[in-house]
Amino acid sequence: MAVSNPAEYSPKRNTSFVDWLNRHIKLIFILPSLIFVLAMMVFPIGYTVWLSFNEWNGSARQSPQGVGLSNYTNLLTADPRFWDSVLRTFLFSFGAVVAELLLGLGIALLLQGKFFGQNFIKTLILLPMVATPVAIGMAWLLMFEPTIGLLNALLRDIGIAPQPWLGSEQQALWSLVMVDVWQWTPMMALILLAGLTVLPEEPYEAARVDGASPRQRFFYLTLPLLMPTIVVATLLRSIDALKTFDIIYTMTRGGPGYATETINTYGYVQSFEYFKLGQASSLLVIFFAMVLGISLLFIQVRRRWGVQA
Amino acid sequence: MNRKSNTLGLATLMLLLCGLVAACGDTGASTTNTAPTGGAVSGTTTTAAATNAGAATTAAGTTTGTTAAAGAATTAAAAGAATTAAAAGQTGNVVAGVSKNFSGKQLRIITANHPWNEGIKKVLPQFEQASGMKITVENYFEDQLSQKLQIGLTSGSSGADVFMFRPLQEGKLFANNGWLNDLSAKAQGASEWNWSDFQDAARSTVTFDNKVYGIPIVTEREIVYYRKDLFEQAGLKAPTTLEELTEAAKKLTDPAKGQYGLVMRGQRSPAVTQFSSFLYSSGGTWTTSDGKSALGTPEALSAYKLYGDLLKNYGPQGTLNMSWPQAVAIFQQGKAAMWIDADSLYTNVLDPAKSIIADKVGYAQFPAGKAGSKPYNITSWALGMNAASGNQDAAWEFIRWATSAPVVMQLQQSGLPGARSTVWNSPDGLKGFPEEYAKVAQSSAKAGVGFDRPPVVNVGEARDIVGNPIVISIQGGDVAGAVKEADQKFNAFLDKDKNAKS
Repeated sequence: MAVSNPAEYSPKRNTSFVDWLNRHIKLIFILPSLIFVLAMMVFPIGYTVWLSFNEWNGSARQSPQGVGLSNYTNLLTADPRFWDSVLRTFLFSFGAVVAELLLGLGIALLLQGKFFGQNFIKTLILLPMVATPVAIGMAWLLMFEPTIGLLNALLRDIGIAPQPWLGSEQQALWSLVMVDVWQWTPMMALILLAGLTVLPEEPYEAARVDGASPRQRFFYLTLPLLMPTIVVATLLRSIDALKTFDIIYTMTRGGPGYATETINTYGYVQSFEYFKLGQASSLLVIFFAMVLGISLLFIQVRRRWGVQA
Repeated sequence: MNRKSNTLGLATLMLLLCGLVAACGDTGASTTNTAPTGGAVSGTTTTAAATNAGAATTAAGTTTGTTAAAGAATTAAAAGAATTAAAAGQTGNVVAGVSKNFSGKQLRIITANHPWNEGIKKVLPQFEQASGMKITVENYFEDQLSQKLQIGLTSGSSGADVFMFRPLQEGKLFANNGWLNDLSAKAQGASEWNWSDFQDAARSTVTFDNKVYGIPIVTEREIVYYRKDLFEQAGLKAPTTLEELTEAAKKLTDPAKGQYGLVMRGQRSPAVTQFSSFLYSSGGTWTTSDGKSALGTPEALSAYKLYGDLLKNYGPQGTLNMSWPQAVAIFQQGKAAMWIDADSLYTNVLDPAKSIIADKVGYAQFPAGKAGSKPYNITSWALGMNAASGNQDAAWEFIRWATSAPVVMQLQQSGLPGARSTVWNSPDGLKGFPEEYAKVAQSSAKAGVGFDRPPVVNVGEARDIVGNPIVISIQGGDVAGAVKEADQKFNAFLDKDKNAKS
């Protein structure tokens, strides 16, 4: 490329500087993103880790006090709210992602063929994904309202007893899963649809020649061929679902009681309601490690399936 | 080939969507504002507006932000409509005594999205003209305000000069952390402005360790809102004792008709403040005089039981997920005969745009229990000065003006209960309120207790601890066990909280 030797253009001026630039051109090109990553990611994570070994409430008069590992031992051994919230985080994410995967796969298969108004339907299905989670939370909060909400009005019309939804410890978490599924199934469907459209035609032709039933074609061709896409979609969605905060905060703030408190909302409570910045940091560090572990696991899984594809 | 082009189309669609999401970014931000207030502890009219607008139309997700904003405007207009016309003409000079000493100074004020902010904005141009100062006002929904302040103040930034804060929720913490300026000398030195005109309870709320850390701007008391028509039909009078309250709630509950005796907050932390009047009137309190938990008393237990029983037996479904916006929505829709909450929220039930029972609402003082009628009477908001502000004298000039008698008079006439005795004692000061309401607010103020939550440093954690038995009680669980557990936890908490002070 022409840029490879800028020194040629001004051989007399600033030769040493240009030479230096020339020699470090790779470094200079990546420098902006390097600075960005350092400032916006590495530093906050490092600071969080450091803070997790301290206790501090943000005081201007008292700087953070080192407390060693006690934030971690507190959480892991003495705080039932922590373990409950971990369990709920995984229940929520698992429930949501499985439902989204199944529904998303169904929708993708339906949308795969050609039909009238296909693009219109596709756009329509994608709408929930475009909306802001907090706005969605507000809208669903109204629909879930047991006395004056839409859902119970519908239930009453078809003769089913009204449900307390978010007002019940048993139903609240699953009501939230419902909202998450409503919002994020479209993304699952979109990724899977993209995966379906690039599948090779030849195996299907061969299968048809051999007289394979649609069922067989689905289980022995589509599913295995689509597996890499499914794994990627599940990975992306799982990490996202684990981090869910907005809809929970908007709709239940972790209640009733503690029935929908996840690691994220608990971290928020620890930092912004209890002012225990060190404790909150240690919680986030543990959560970070968990998400990292899950991601690594998925990458392993993907490698395996990737070979097959 | 066919599939290839399909993929291309899909990719385009995704790009378009990305653009759309990005375009929605701004809406997103303003919508985010709406959210936390949904479960907020006390305060703004705006979310109820959103709740209602949504309830009527089930507004499409992204538009909620705008709806809320529009709703807020309507609320302010409706709340003021009856009274501001009268007020505007005759409040006289709201900028009397404002000096030009700080002409050219710029101040940054951070406020909550609260009717106070709407009110002060109306008179702010006059202040700017009289003082020559330039005032920038930023406002946030109250939970966000708290975070915004914490982050700004933690980082030691002097961004804001003056801010609104909730003295009972975060006052002690902010003062302990060195974020609030000590205003004692300034307040006590301004003789014409008259610090002693502020109600005793209000002054005590913002005074920690004999130092004044803020100037009260909004006060509130817990009262009973009731449906006059339903009470009349049933041959009932407004409840004056907690027994009568229970009786009335029982009589007026008819789930088949979709009508419930009463509605109150049931979310753990938001419910604590409204539970407090039940606790005081039953003869209980949060802490003993030597700083130990007072939750272990039979009085406290009976208050917890009563609060939960009322909601469990005579409340609508789903109270466990209710803070005031959800509760008031039920009352506005005519589904509950009583709503017990802060009196400062009364404009929500009077606005015909949001409330189908606007013309049928009566007000009653909090009913008497064993210890008499003891509602809270608190300062919900105060103005504080950032200790890191570089414009302290100019900032005080602004605070002094914003809390001066003429300004408080004007704000109170627009329906916003303030903290000045002279305004409360003058007939002009009560003009903005419905007559019955003014009487109830006055008598509640006399009987009232100056705090509605445990008086500690780390209020957030304390509220979760003392609020847990409320939740258990509403669910019909083992209240005695829950109270015992809360008592132990609260004691352990108080030990640590005391250490936090030093």
